[in-house]
Amino acid sequence: MNWDVIIKWLPRLTEGALLTLELVAIAVIAGLLLAIPLGIARASRHWYVRALPFGYIFFFRGTPLLLQLFLVYYGMAQFDVIRQGPLWPYLRDPYWCAIITMTLHTAAYIAEILRGAIQAIPPGEIEAARALGMGRRQTLLHIILPRAARIGLPAYSNEVILMLKASALASTITLLELTGMARTIIARTYLPVEIFFAAGLFYLLIAFVLVQAFKLLERWLRVDACQGR
Amino acid sequence: MTPDLHGFGPALAAGTWMTIQLALAALAVGLVLGLLGALAKTSSYKPLQWLGSSYSTIVRGVPELLWVLLIYFGTVGLMRSLADWLGLESLELNAFAAGTIALGLCFGAYATEVFRGAILAIPRGHREAGLALGLSRPRILWTIILPQMWRIALPGLGNLFMILMKDTALVSVIGLEEIMRRSQIAVTASKEPFTFYMVAAFIYLGLTILAMTGMYFLEKRANRGFVRSAS
Repeated sequence: MNWDVIIKWLPRLTEGALLTLELVAIAVIAGLLLAIPLGIARASRHWYVRALPFGYIFFFRGTPLLLQLFLVYYGMAQFDVIRQGPLWPYLRDPYWCAIITMTLHTAAYIAEILRGAIQAIPPGEIEAARALGMGRRQTLLHIILPRAARIGLPAYSNEVILMLKASALASTITLLELTGMARTIIARTYLPVEIFFAAGLFYLLIAFVLVQAFKLLERWLRVDACQGR
Repeated sequence: MTPDLHGFGPALAAGTWMTIQLALAALAVGLVLGLLGALAKTSSYKPLQWLGSSYSTIVRGVPELLWVLLIYFGTVGLMRSLADWLGLESLELNAFAAGTIALGLCFGAYATEVFRGAILAIPRGHREAGLALGLSRPRILWTIILPQMWRIALPGLGNLFMILMKDTALVSVIGLEEIMRRSQIAVTASKEPFTFYMVAAFIYLGLTILAMTGMYFLEKRANRGFVRSAS
């Protein structure tokens, strides 16, 4: 193992790690915002409300993220309408393509988590809210969503870690995030083991920090106290 | 839009077959690794516990793509010294083998946790009953623990297999000619990226539906004799 090489390229790898963090942070936050209406619609009692989110979730969970990235990054260029459209400067840029695709991808997973969480709320609690005279909207805002957030939080933290690892795929559309940076460095140094090892350590470190942060968040939201344990 | 495949249909079909082979090979490797990991993690021997938990923690903390790349590009030196040692001309890991090992490794790390949960879910009395009947430890494992664990672990393993099947797309990065790689080739020739990647997407969706159907029957078989409690 050649440690000097790792130390020499550490600044570049850190640069890559920062881009990775940026991609993941934007994707999981935008994904969450997109997932809230999707998840609520997915948990609806009416089949015509459920159908659209179901199809969306089925497509994004049933196909590889790599394929989705290629569909957006390469696939959109097939249509002249899009190439002449106002969004083309964004859809041409690998950074925006990665963000759009990762957001759409993770939104499908988060929506499914949210649906599970909404359906896991004891019906008695919703009935109690209704019995106290809360309207549908009030029940949703004050009872269902806060409760679902706490039930779904552990699964959401899982999803964030999965997205951290999935962000490595952005390297295939030429983005220089952690994996992309590692591959670029390897192309110059021909030392795959050392550089991939260092990149792996970075991922482990980031994952560790994220797990600890979510533990704090769970304590702050008193997730345990809400589970009736 | 009727997809005009420009004569790439057979190539995509071959890619689909390659994806299926890769997924099944990685599944076999991963099941063995997961079982070993779970047994190590639930054993009463400290170093084994430590080995099992560090395996699942480290492998799960690093992206699958990195494992694929590391095993494909990182083992070149290792294989060369191995070839020297064996006195062979040259020895290298092909993309299929590297993909199988990398995906199997990742599947195994997750399966470790699934199997561990399932082993812990088996009542302690069953093991004790086996001991009281004078069965040896391997015998208890084989005839009492494993058949019961299978039923509990199956839904979790099904989820992992779906993830594995989508992860096979990553192996296209090291040039294995599975669905993704074949579509990329078709795209280069036809300049119709959206059409071909969409076709690939529907192939993956089809494979997912196939796997879901398979899981349904496997679970039905594993659950025979157990009535789902009404709730």
